[in-house]
Amino acid sequence: MTSAIEMVDVIDEPKAIEGRSPFSLALRRLRKDKVAMISLVVIVLIVLMAILAPVFAAVTGHPPNEQYRDIGLTPDGLPRGPNGTFWLGTDDLGRDILVRIAYGARISLLVGVIATAITVVIGVVLGLAAGFLGGITDTILARLIDVVLSVPFLLVAIALVSVTGPSLTVTVLVIGCFSWASVARIVRGQVLSLREREFVEAARSLGAGDRRIMFVDVLPNVIAPVIVYTTLLIPVVIVTQATLSFLGLGLPPPTPDWGGMISESQNYYTTAWWFILFPGLALLVTTLAFNLFGDGVRDAFDPRADRT
Amino acid sequence: MAMFLIRRIGHGILVLWLISVAVFALFFVAPSNVAQTLAGRQGTPETIALIKHRLGLDLPVWQQYLHFLGNAVKGNLGYDYYHQVPVTHIIGQALPITVSLALGAAVLWLALGVFNGVISATHPRSLADRGLTLFALFFYSFPSFLLGLLLLYFLYFRLTLSGFGWFPAGGYAPLAGGIGPWFQHLLLPWVALALLLAATYTRLTRGSMLDVLGEDYIRTARSKGIRESRVVVVHGLRSALTPVVTQFGIDLGQLIGGVVVTETVFSLPGLGQTAVTAINQQDLPVIIGIVLFASAAVVVANILVDIGYAVLDPRVRLH
Amino acid sequence: MTDVLLKVDDVRKEFPTHSKEVVQAVAGVSLEVHKGETLGLVGETGCGKSTLARCMAHLYDVTSGSVWFEGQEISKLSRKAMRPLRRDVQVIFQDPYGSLNPRRRVGSIIGDPFAIHNIASGNDRKKKVQELMELVGLNPEHYNRFPAEFSGGQRQRIGVARALALRPKLVICDEPVSALDVSIQAQIINLLSDLQREFDLTYVFISHDLSVVRHVSDRIAVMYLGKIVELAPTSELFGQTRHPYTRALLSALPVADPDTADSREQIILGGDIPAATNPPTGCRFHTRCPKARLDCTAEEPPLEPVLNDQPQHRTACLYPLTVGEDLSTAVPDLKAS
Repeated sequence: MTSAIEMVDVIDEPKAIEGRSPFSLALRRLRKDKVAMISLVVIVLIVLMAILAPVFAAVTGHPPNEQYRDIGLTPDGLPRGPNGTFWLGTDDLGRDILVRIAYGARISLLVGVIATAITVVIGVVLGLAAGFLGGITDTILARLIDVVLSVPFLLVAIALVSVTGPSLTVTVLVIGCFSWASVARIVRGQVLSLREREFVEAARSLGAGDRRIMFVDVLPNVIAPVIVYTTLLIPVVIVTQATLSFLGLGLPPPTPDWGGMISESQNYYTTAWWFILFPGLALLVTTLAFNLFGDGVRDAFDPRADRT
Repeated sequence: MAMFLIRRIGHGILVLWLISVAVFALFFVAPSNVAQTLAGRQGTPETIALIKHRLGLDLPVWQQYLHFLGNAVKGNLGYDYYHQVPVTHIIGQALPITVSLALGAAVLWLALGVFNGVISATHPRSLADRGLTLFALFFYSFPSFLLGLLLLYFLYFRLTLSGFGWFPAGGYAPLAGGIGPWFQHLLLPWVALALLLAATYTRLTRGSMLDVLGEDYIRTARSKGIRESRVVVVHGLRSALTPVVTQFGIDLGQLIGGVVVTETVFSLPGLGQTAVTAINQQDLPVIIGIVLFASAAVVVANILVDIGYAVLDPRVRLH
Repeated sequence: MTDVLLKVDDVRKEFPTHSKEVVQAVAGVSLEVHKGETLGLVGETGCGKSTLARCMAHLYDVTSGSVWFEGQEISKLSRKAMRPLRRDVQVIFQDPYGSLNPRRRVGSIIGDPFAIHNIASGNDRKKKVQELMELVGLNPEHYNRFPAEFSGGQRQRIGVARALALRPKLVICDEPVSALDVSIQAQIINLLSDLQREFDLTYVFISHDLSVVRHVSDRIAVMYLGKIVELAPTSELFGQTRHPYTRALLSALPVADPDTADSREQIILGGDIPAATNPPTGCRFHTRCPKARLDCTAEEPPLEPVLNDQPQHRTACLYPLTVGEDLSTAVPDLKAS
């Protein structure tokens, strides 16, 4: 695959008109990173599992919230271990853990992607505005960033969710509203040095307005760190969502999600190892895959960080 | 320097004040039925009104806030709704536990992170480097509750089952009762916390160490024939540690209000768990007190880091 | 008298510093730029010539004074009101690396002027951009490349193409060749000359290198510490040098003929350029001038014709040089008599 691409490049070289953007160079480096590519495959598999969750339910014949109190529990009312009917065992209410893990992937990925997207959009726009416009805008936004970064996030998140009641929307909003500050701080720092660059002055000398300079000239130059930060933020968000669920503030039951499943398993970990192992493994594999991939993205976009 | 300190402290106070306003508004605007709970099932509207009056909940929110602020400036964060214990007293009781947890873990994660980082940086792209990076990322990816539960499963449950009752299931033993039990109760939480945080320090040390080892003065030191280990530790590590120290200060500050999960999993009644209990009981004065206290810890840590940075690195201009 | 395109009237530009001091980058400059000419602006690094250029293009707000373009005062215009005038006044920047956005393709960089002023879009814009690329000697097929894929000289051609896109009347060239190799400098200078002839352009050409300025300019203004010390047609500046500072700059020029080089006077200026936060009193050059006298420290000489010069040759000096005067033996005398 890689060699084929290089071959084409060699043939095209004399009249290569398409410029090699820093972005495509980074992609090329990323493609050569084996660990990152394996992680990407794992991520794709998890996404497929989430999309195909109903297939899991259909194949096993167990809807995610169906409680099999007869065949799914031992006579003492304890969860059953992995067997022919329940491949990964059952939970304390006799539900199929495999199917619930597949459905739980939907929640984790959904929250991970949406909350990260909100975080990044707010962070980039406010960071751009603070760094580029300066003056009173910067003063206010810089204080706001300080405030958000000083607040004990998890405590306030728990308190907020306990006031509003748990729901998907609240989880996403809480995470988004508290995480943007670090993105904004990164972007602001970058923009502060970018706005002194001569190409910004050049744009101004051509008659470009603030908004155009911000989004056409400055923004492309902060994209790389933002992409790196975004890929590394997704696993953090997924863990945060699971943590809220673990503390009983995730999604109202019986919706299956990983943090909630692990929370329910707490009282059974001495008797039913599969109850905690499989949801825990799902969560760990997901965050690990995202982190390894993010690490590869960072090295690809900032080769300096990994030079010898 | 004095001007810088004053401005920095001024910013800190401003930030804390903004947080107090935000937190107060949030919790007092949200519907609360504390009075109802306190009055019990048989509470008549009169008793509820009386309780509300006693707690000051019948006043407009802004008056409640001014009252709170006036007391807070004097160092009084109010009293909890249920037993009328001063919030400062509650914080005072929980703080040593959180601090024990944070500091002990800090020793572990610093040692682990810096050691691994130096090994990685001195052998870049080697098997050891890759292995250590993977090791760090693996634990970094762990949700803290999952790591805590796993440690409990293997090192408490499994070991105890096999007859080695080395670790308790959780809880806290004050230092006053002897260093042994204290250590025994905290070792697992320390490990859980340290493994999570070590990754950041491994990466930070590795990166800054690689930068420093590429500098001219290191090459000069090597060319003078100084032993490699001495070059790395004495000449390299000293300047490479500046970003590590920065991160360390910030992390310590954040841990004061940020070890909620570890405290919950290991049943340590520190600030985090106290806050969670208060949240479940809608005990607003306690929640606000702890949130503000934890924020103050972050603000103070940041100021200390800035000062330390300026002292360590004379190139930093204070303005 | 030729038409005045740009007029700078007693412009001052000050920058605040962190320590509450003020840097006087431009300290009261007046000059006129005539239609069709090239006005050279020369001086050492830090003399304020780039700041003056930015004031001329209204990239900076002036602290006091005014700038007039075609009879309209532009120095107080808002950014928005200035926008249509940007089509007529363009800047070519010094650093061909810094002045091109590294994350954007060359086609879109050169197409910027069309996009900003809503002149052409889509294929039309692309065609215009490729015409411009051809005009400045770039391969139009490199439309989609990034600045990093070009050499320094090619990048400066990109900067030239961008500046010329809207057919401006005035182009302010801020050290356009200083960052380039000498062999490339000539190419860019020739390109600029060709384009001037073809499009009837007016240039303000800034450089610290007098030999470059001499080659392109009709008139030359010499700046020292935020002020113009001598302003004259090129041939007169070289033939009838009046200001000791100008003479010092000239004496540093390399000469092709070794015989003349040997016999030529060498004037080495003592000391460094004084700090612009605290300029010397009187004539700003008196701290380094070989001919300085006591009154130079007190009296600020006006920029005016001296020693029966024509009105277009103006010098700010109390003791201007006569033709043939030997400056290398001069000794400053600052004692009170």
